[in-house]
Amino acid sequence: MPAVPARPLALVRRYLGRWGLLAALAALPIYYGIRDLTHGYQAGVVAGHPVIQHDLSRLGFNLAQGLSNGAIWALIAIGYTLVYGIIELINFAHGDVFMVGSFTAAGFWGSIGLGAATGTIGLIGGLILTLIVSMAVCGSLNVLIERVAYRPLRGAPKLAPLITAVGFSFILQNVGLLWRGGSPQGVTDLVHEQSTVFNISGVPIVRGYILALAVMVPLVFGLAWFISNTRAGRAMRATAQDPEAARLMGINVNATISLTFLLGGMLAGAAGLVYALYETNVWYFQGFEAGLIAFTAAVMGGIGNVRGAVLGGLIIGVIQALSDSRMGPQWTEAVVFGYLIVIMILRPRGLLGEEIREAG
Amino acid sequence: MSELIAQLKEWRDTAQRVLPPWWSKALAGALIVIGVVLPFFFSNSSGFMNATIIAVAFAVMSLGLNVVVGFAGLLDLGYVAFYALGAYSLGWFGSGFFFKAHVHLGVSPVASTLPGIHLNFLLILVCAALICAVAGVIIGLPTLRLRGDYIAIVTLAFGEIIGVVAVNGQSVHVGGGMTLTAGNLGISAVDAPYFPGIGLFNLLNLRPWYWLIYGILVLVLFVNLRLRDSRLGRAWIALREDEVAAVSMGIPAVRTKLMAYAIGATFGGMSGAFLGTYYTEVNAGQFQFGFSIFVLAMVIIGGLGSIWGAVVGGLLLGYINNWLIPDVLNNLPSKLGLNFPLTEVEFGIFGFLLVMVMVLRPQGLVPERRRRMELTAEIAAEDAQLMEGTR
Repeated sequence: MPAVPARPLALVRRYLGRWGLLAALAALPIYYGIRDLTHGYQAGVVAGHPVIQHDLSRLGFNLAQGLSNGAIWALIAIGYTLVYGIIELINFAHGDVFMVGSFTAAGFWGSIGLGAATGTIGLIGGLILTLIVSMAVCGSLNVLIERVAYRPLRGAPKLAPLITAVGFSFILQNVGLLWRGGSPQGVTDLVHEQSTVFNISGVPIVRGYILALAVMVPLVFGLAWFISNTRAGRAMRATAQDPEAARLMGINVNATISLTFLLGGMLAGAAGLVYALYETNVWYFQGFEAGLIAFTAAVMGGIGNVRGAVLGGLIIGVIQALSDSRMGPQWTEAVVFGYLIVIMILRPRGLLGEEIREAG
Repeated sequence: MSELIAQLKEWRDTAQRVLPPWWSKALAGALIVIGVVLPFFFSNSSGFMNATIIAVAFAVMSLGLNVVVGFAGLLDLGYVAFYALGAYSLGWFGSGFFFKAHVHLGVSPVASTLPGIHLNFLLILVCAALICAVAGVIIGLPTLRLRGDYIAIVTLAFGEIIGVVAVNGQSVHVGGGMTLTAGNLGISAVDAPYFPGIGLFNLLNLRPWYWLIYGILVLVLFVNLRLRDSRLGRAWIALREDEVAAVSMGIPAVRTKLMAYAIGATFGGMSGAFLGTYYTEVNAGQFQFGFSIFVLAMVIIGGLGSIWGAVVGGLLLGYINNWLIPDVLNNLPSKLGLNFPLTEVEFGIFGFLLVMVMVLRPQGLVPERRRRMELTAEIAAEDAQLMEGTR
């Protein structure tokens, strides 16, 4: 039984800190779930009459779409969280690295001749090859950016690398703009992402959903295994905890930081491929939007925490799907950022995060 | 390269010995006089004059953001919100947009017969300043408990939310068939400034516009210089350098930070209102995240925390953006055999400038004295020293 603090407001604040975020997160699905049950929704039109249903299958549809979308955000969010965990930098350019991943993937599968008519085995082999190429490109790009823009500023005030990160984000965006023009471009729907594989109580599960989760889950488990079981992973954790002490213990801190950027970039590259297959279009601004959404996800989960980033990505995906389907996609950005501000007010350390270290 | 820098330093030291102590003030005075007579040297409606007016307006914004980022050390990535609110203040109170209302105060004879709210430009400036100050406090409140880079993200989120509301404002009804904004269609036909005795401003004669924004710049510059040396200004710098020490010395952190947000926002709003009337339209498409970074780039390139640096950075990027890239260099890529206009990649150019300045000259073009001392005497912040060994 915790002691009642002297000031009643402090009690309110403590409960808000503990449950406020969960309440805020549960608010949207619960509200729309109840609304669907009581007011019903239009499920379709049969013979000129709108069909009104009173069940939860529309909510289930939102959830399925949100979770698979969230799998992409989770992959990007891990990149943010790894980098932040190790050098406390918001790597603004990360979203644009993801964009470059999408462009690379779409360009590469075109040049090795994958098309809508390619057979299953060829398709799977080709896509795995594309995945490897896109991961390699994004990983090296991220390492390069770290080397050029962040490492020279290691001793400078914290603001400095953040600003170069923003600068690189703009540079990459313009590279994308010159690469594929200023409007969204359709790419071949290689996997027929809209074709239904099976139904779960009326909710169609399409190929795109399965693809997103099938790429995300093994990569996340692989990463978790790498961080917890290998020597390099141990060096990453040590550097994140205390770079100075890690250096004294003989860890090559610069190499470890480069490795972190490499891993983050590779996941962004994988996310880029999945995004291109899933959304079937790419454009230069996708990275900026995705980057902000994924960063919100990383903060929501507790920045610096890989499990948190995955959880946050999935939750943000669901929020986004709900907002897209109920309020209209033009408001989604505002809803996601509204959530970011609510998280910051109620629980700045996020869902699974540690207490935030005070600024030095 | 290093020899050149050493030579420059030597010249600077010599200059400091030889020149009397009041020379910098005299220089400032001379610059201000040059600014006043500048329009007489250029044709009345030249592209250069147009670029100058916009550049001066950008310098005002840069001064405002410098208060938040430079003085108080709170990285604000959502400054475009105040540009938007300032411009919308003009759109709301200086056009026929709220067509059900009939309010007229000190406007030209023509405007006083039209429906809508029409206030004198100076009153609109006051409205914009007040609206932005309140918005600054609202944006500042959730960031008080957060540290550096989290502040950046929350301000960014606010800036984006205001941008989204501006774009979708057509579907937000405020009653009587009127909407909050006109979205991407833009609030057009806004009033030009009108002053009794001077008459109505028009875009064929750019000189009055120039003197108006130049007056705003001088005013804001004066307020900035006085603020920097005031109790409040010293409190900002103390909070920036070491929050814990400052608070234990009795500086009210909450009030001081909120004042920084409010004052910085005010300047942005004034400049936004001016740009609204100068562009003759308030369009939601103007208020993108890129603009926040653009203003930040002005502050950084000029030198964080340096008032004259903010002015130089604002003017420099203003000229690059509105004169050098579109008028002078736009055909450069096609001359090199590349098929795109240079204006398309202007944000890439600014990004490149940001990276270069940060890596090569992190103190900016006109560094603040304190910051120059920090950077040359290697008295960097504590965490900087901690990371020193990893270089």
